[in-house]
Amino acid sequence: MAAPQSLLDVGTEYQYGFRDEIEYVYKAEKGLNRRVVEMISYFKNEPDWMREFRLRALEIFLKKPMPTWGNTQLLSEIDFDDIYYYIKPAEKQGRTWDEVPETIKNTFEKLGIPEAERKFLAGVSAQYESEVVYHSIREDLERQGVIFMDMDSGLREHPDLVRRWFGKVVPPADNKFAALNSAVWSGGSFIYVPPGVHVEIPLQAYFRINAENMGQFERTLIIADEGSRVHYIEGCTAPIYSTDSLHSAVVELVALKGAHIRYTTVQNWSKNVYNLVTKRAVAYEDATVEWVDGNLGSKLTMKYPSVYMVGKGARGDILSVAFAGPGQHQDAGAKMIHAAPYTTSTVVSKSISRGGGRTTYRGLVQVDEGAVGVKCNVRCDALLLDELSRSDTYPTMNVKEDDVRIEHEATVSKVGEEQLFYLMSRGLSEQEATTMIINGFFEPFAKELPLEYAVELNRLIALEMEGSVG
Amino acid sequence: MSQVPLLEIRDLHVAVDGKEILKGVSLTVHKGEIHALMGRNGSGKSTLAATLMGHPRYEVTRGEVLFEGQNLLEMEVDERARAGIFLAFQYPVAIPGVSVANFLRSALKSLRGEELGAREFRNALKEEFKALHMPESFGSRYVNEGFSGGEKKRLEIVQMGMIQPKLAILDETDSGLDIDGVRIVSENVNRIAGKDTGVLLITHYQRILRYIRPHFVHVMVNGRIIRSGDESLAHELEQRGYDWLLREVGIPQEAEKTLQEVG
Repeated sequence: MAAPQSLLDVGTEYQYGFRDEIEYVYKAEKGLNRRVVEMISYFKNEPDWMREFRLRALEIFLKKPMPTWGNTQLLSEIDFDDIYYYIKPAEKQGRTWDEVPETIKNTFEKLGIPEAERKFLAGVSAQYESEVVYHSIREDLERQGVIFMDMDSGLREHPDLVRRWFGKVVPPADNKFAALNSAVWSGGSFIYVPPGVHVEIPLQAYFRINAENMGQFERTLIIADEGSRVHYIEGCTAPIYSTDSLHSAVVELVALKGAHIRYTTVQNWSKNVYNLVTKRAVAYEDATVEWVDGNLGSKLTMKYPSVYMVGKGARGDILSVAFAGPGQHQDAGAKMIHAAPYTTSTVVSKSISRGGGRTTYRGLVQVDEGAVGVKCNVRCDALLLDELSRSDTYPTMNVKEDDVRIEHEATVSKVGEEQLFYLMSRGLSEQEATTMIINGFFEPFAKELPLEYAVELNRLIALEMEGSVG
Repeated sequence: MSQVPLLEIRDLHVAVDGKEILKGVSLTVHKGEIHALMGRNGSGKSTLAATLMGHPRYEVTRGEVLFEGQNLLEMEVDERARAGIFLAFQYPVAIPGVSVANFLRSALKSLRGEELGAREFRNALKEEFKALHMPESFGSRYVNEGFSGGEKKRLEIVQMGMIQPKLAILDETDSGLDIDGVRIVSENVNRIAGKDTGVLLITHYQRILRYIRPHFVHVMVNGRIIRSGDESLAHELEQRGYDWLLREVGIPQEAEKTLQEVG
């Protein structure tokens, strides 16, 4: 099976819904309380400050009300007492695939991860339930001082670096789900790129939920030191269950002076997963952060990657793509905070809804006082494939400076009868024609992906469209 | 003649949004014949073209259309294309994000039922672009996006060349082209059509007929063909305009104008 198949799959023909029968090393009781949090910290043999950080976050989580915006109906259906907050799948982490337990290894084989690793990745991290079960990085990068490991190892091996940044970009009190993650986080990636080092080929993390009623709370921290570059890709899938699972990650990016981080997500959870994620970056002077965010799976996604441009000349780019089929709501967007002069940002959001699916763009552009010479361009395009589907746009502008240039453009269109007629008059069936129009709509996203992923994206859109016409 | 006609239209009535536009059109095209269909804007020419290709908004209320003896009206748009009908659009639409090469490659695969070799396809496309005086780089541009009017029309003929249809319906392909453009497009239509393709050339100008010489000329007014003849009919129209013809067949000009406005 080709590698990228794993990473993208858009729905009705969900290929990654299989599940494994696993004897877990440890499975915490269902539900969330102080004991579970302490147990997690104890198992991980964490320093006191982290245990206290978790417990403080738990207090915040318990106190904070649920969001009163977004899809409150679906949010209210989450039963926090019916979730496993920590499941340890294996005794230790593999450095080679042979060290990974057979069943889990087979799963990742099916998802094509080892093959992708051989072909075009500089490093791979594979998380199964709560823990990273496999990890590798190319030796030449390691020699240059690049650190790429799971977050737990990062905390153990690089305590100063972690303590300096962990929870600083996204504080636990930021929102209810950030607090939840801060309390029970496990796994995720820790990356540090030394000054001037360019990691030219992508590092990838892959997240797999297997157990029913599982909560996955990975925590990722990427620090790109001055003048460095790194591209990180994450993908995710889960089995199909009749009950819901919860994925609630926190991702913190730090781009120091002149650094460049690109963070690509291809989210393809099965349609019973709540995907409530907080992603935020800080960009210092002349640094660039790009979020390339594809949301194809999940039941409800709420995710608004943001860039805080705190240094002069910093840049933020967000390219966000969403596909919502029957029963799905993709509530996604972007936040661009211009806190320094001459900072620039672009937001491109493209969404497709079909079969009653819902997409929402929710965005914030903020320009602080004194941030002169700011440029910002926001463009939202939504495509509706039928009358049942829905798309909404909620842009917010908060501008406290005059010398700025902000452009905002939003379109909602239907797959045009004339476009279909034109393509069909050249021999394409209605389904082929629709698929071609959709692929064209997603092209700006696809062309930002490594080739293997882009090809797969097109194939999966074709799969999704099968039987949807007529 | 024992040969089955390529296209046979019998008493065709077509309505759009409940309003009758074509009111009994009959026309027969044989293999290798070039038919010019002339008439003013709003006379129903483009309605006939869209109906033949199967546009869903055009409702056939009476009559029949046979293509090589088969009931064309029962076929879906793509089936008509696979049967060998090609429509060069008056207003080709843009398909953002889809490259010309990718689009044509998929189209040819659907039309022929098999994939064309990559090199064979590239070479054929290159030749067609060259013939239409278009840079090869158009292959990687998105279909009709940001194209000038003339470029869109040329791309239609590039497609015709790649597809090699049995029947080509050219809907005002000459409009939007400058003099050189009309000549280049015409030369290529002649080349691609060769001896076997039937051509239905819709125009309201004569200038394209200097290059593509029709065997038959039909004049459409108010959704009917009111006069058919040979090439000389086109010359006559060029010299005398449409009015004499309207008087001859007894259609009051004012009535015709009124109908144009609502059509």
